[in-house]
Amino acid sequence: MNNKHTPLFHIRKRGMLKWYQVWKIRLIAILLALIVDAVITTLVTGLNPIDVYATIFKGSFGTPRKFWVMMQNVAIMLCVSIAITPAYKMRFWNVGGEGQILIGALVSAACMILLGNKLPSWLIIVLSFMLSTLAGAIWAFIPAFFKAKWNTNETLFTLMMNYVATQLVAFFIIKWEVPKGAGKIGIINQSTESGWLPTIFDNKYLLNILIVFVLTILVHIYLRYSKHGYELSVVGESERTARYIGLNVEKVIMRTLLLSGALCGIAGFLLVAGTNHTVTTTIAGGRGFTAVMVAWLANFKPLGMIITSFLIIFMDRGAGDISSNFGLNASFSDIITGIILFFIIASEFFIRYEIVWRKKENKEEPVQEAPIDETAKATLDEADGKEE
Amino acid sequence: MKRIVAILLVAILCFSIASCGKKEEAAKVKAGFIFLHDENSTYDLNFINAAKEACEALGIEYILKPNIPEGQECYDTALELIDEGCNFIFADSFGHEDYMIQAAKDNPEVQFCHATGTKAHTEKLDNYHNAFAHIYEGRFLAGVAAGLKLNDMIEKGEITADQTKIGYVGAWTYAEVISGYTSFFLGVRSVCPTVTMEVTFTGSWYDETAEKEGANTLIQNGCVLISQHADSMGAPTACEKAGVPNVSYNGSTKSVAPNTFIVSSRIDWAPYLTYCLNCIIKGEKIDTDWTGSIDTGSVKLTEVNTDVAAEGTQKKLDEVAAKLKSGEIKVFDTDTFTVDGKKLESYMADVDSDPEYKGDTEVIEEGAFMESKFRSAPYFDLQIDGITLLDTKY
Repeated sequence: MNNKHTPLFHIRKRGMLKWYQVWKIRLIAILLALIVDAVITTLVTGLNPIDVYATIFKGSFGTPRKFWVMMQNVAIMLCVSIAITPAYKMRFWNVGGEGQILIGALVSAACMILLGNKLPSWLIIVLSFMLSTLAGAIWAFIPAFFKAKWNTNETLFTLMMNYVATQLVAFFIIKWEVPKGAGKIGIINQSTESGWLPTIFDNKYLLNILIVFVLTILVHIYLRYSKHGYELSVVGESERTARYIGLNVEKVIMRTLLLSGALCGIAGFLLVAGTNHTVTTTIAGGRGFTAVMVAWLANFKPLGMIITSFLIIFMDRGAGDISSNFGLNASFSDIITGIILFFIIASEFFIRYEIVWRKKENKEEPVQEAPIDETAKATLDEADGKEE
Repeated sequence: MKRIVAILLVAILCFSIASCGKKEEAAKVKAGFIFLHDENSTYDLNFINAAKEACEALGIEYILKPNIPEGQECYDTALELIDEGCNFIFADSFGHEDYMIQAAKDNPEVQFCHATGTKAHTEKLDNYHNAFAHIYEGRFLAGVAAGLKLNDMIEKGEITADQTKIGYVGAWTYAEVISGYTSFFLGVRSVCPTVTMEVTFTGSWYDETAEKEGANTLIQNGCVLISQHADSMGAPTACEKAGVPNVSYNGSTKSVAPNTFIVSSRIDWAPYLTYCLNCIIKGEKIDTDWTGSIDTGSVKLTEVNTDVAAEGTQKKLDEVAAKLKSGEIKVFDTDTFTVDGKKLESYMADVDSDPEYKGDTEVIEEGAFMESKFRSAPYFDLQIDGITLLDTKY
């Protein structure tokens, strides 16, 4: 046998791993990330890395309030993640989550401002919920319609819709600003709390969390058990197959994006009526993009996203506390988070592939072909999408 | 499902450990500070320095929270600070106000102070207070320094008297900015009568690119000196590149513009913070609306950059400052400016913040516009003759 042509190592597709094997790889990645972070922290700042990690942990769990604020942030993150999921499962690269959230937020704010003293609070809540859902749905439907009818590029289209939404919000902020020239709306209906989501069980944060939890379950059921959910994954796998088996692909695309946008609109509604009680151009805060990562890390499984969105928010909140507690610049916490994310994303590679080193003896068994399955396809796409 | 249950259990466990943890009782005063940006913004840096100075002088424990947006995060951060034992909370940005009021309503035992806000005098809460300073006096002084520079340039033959057009980069068409550029302009005109001014707005308190572009536009329009009311190094950097003298705000920008920086006015917040903290220590009431002045040490000029400024600038500034103190010079003296060609006899200013923006208070007294008398934040929002606004979309 000629040994010369055998490379030092090669990469081979793994078979399906058990869930605990998958999590073992992920945990190792996180552990490695923490070690690299520790080394960098000590080298750059001279701080004790254990203190830094303790601060990250306290940033989310230090007090009951921190815990609830974190859970609320997780809920919004999760809401956006499950919102974009149906579109991504269908291979519709919807990077317009940001704009769909914004437009939902704008419509909610508009309801609160324009109807504030005219209608009872509960009616405003119902109206703004419905209208912002509708607004988000429309915002996603427009690119979907063009995609379905004329096969336009949905990535560019949805991205551009973000800018339109931002400018619309900027326009209305100046229209409704208080006081004149201030460039901000401020808390809407602060004295009457009209149109604000109510506080339940004496906890400001709980209602948002519950709403998103219910939505997550519903999306899980929709994707997993409904005919619609099946159809959109068929379109995602292969549009031709979908056509061959008689699916109306155009209809599926438009229907799915209506759902995706509607859920983003709900996220906007929760941000305005539930949390901020105002609207700003930055209210979506990049969640429309972060959600892509959250969803992908969870392999587009809504229940898995509970964990991935928790992880992202946990890191983010902890990192924020590092900068204030140790007097470091906020960029340092970004570096820490960045390293950990890098390792987590890289671990997904090792979940799907393994490195096989050249064996000493020549009696190597032929490499076993990995079964071709769904994950193989998903992985290929992942390699493209990870830079998000 | 098992996974979720496990996560929830872990969360609950951590949660309970955290709540059982020791809760240290606050030593007398602990101060918490909320800043919109971090030390890269000249505006926030000015506050951060003052916070450290005041607390360290009094030996008070403090927590700084930079990069807090003007949203629910402000409320959450205020409450987190209270959880950590703070009984004095201060926020530095205009947009934080509503969230501070909300937090103040929910936590009556904690004192909340907010710089640049406008609502304390109408909210009437015992624990919510606004503060500002007569910064228009500082701007006027900075204007005098700029005017002297213009005169110097005329004398040296660099420009002629009819080329004395200056520029101003503002953030928003908000009263605080209008009051600022008008007082600066009046300061310039008090020594260089031919001056005119163009103003452009960026639509953001901190946008380095827009501020740079704004300054460049003004320079291209023929402005021979630039000042600003926005918080980045954008305008000074553009001026340094073009070799145009400039006057800045919030603190010295000499580091980025060593060859063009003249002087900067700023509010020193340390006297106010010291006052508040002392009030809490002594158990006294904090003023609802506090306005600092040259006397309290709140209105300050940085060191004059003698490489750029005209000779004798410092001496002239001291003279004018003394006259401002004694009341001999009033910045908004109605004899020194006109609106639509007419002298101002009466004006109803919008002192109480409400969505109607209607004038509610007569502010002309004894031949001058009484700025910052009826509330600490500025309310001068008139367009006086001699100043051209290039855009008012913000």
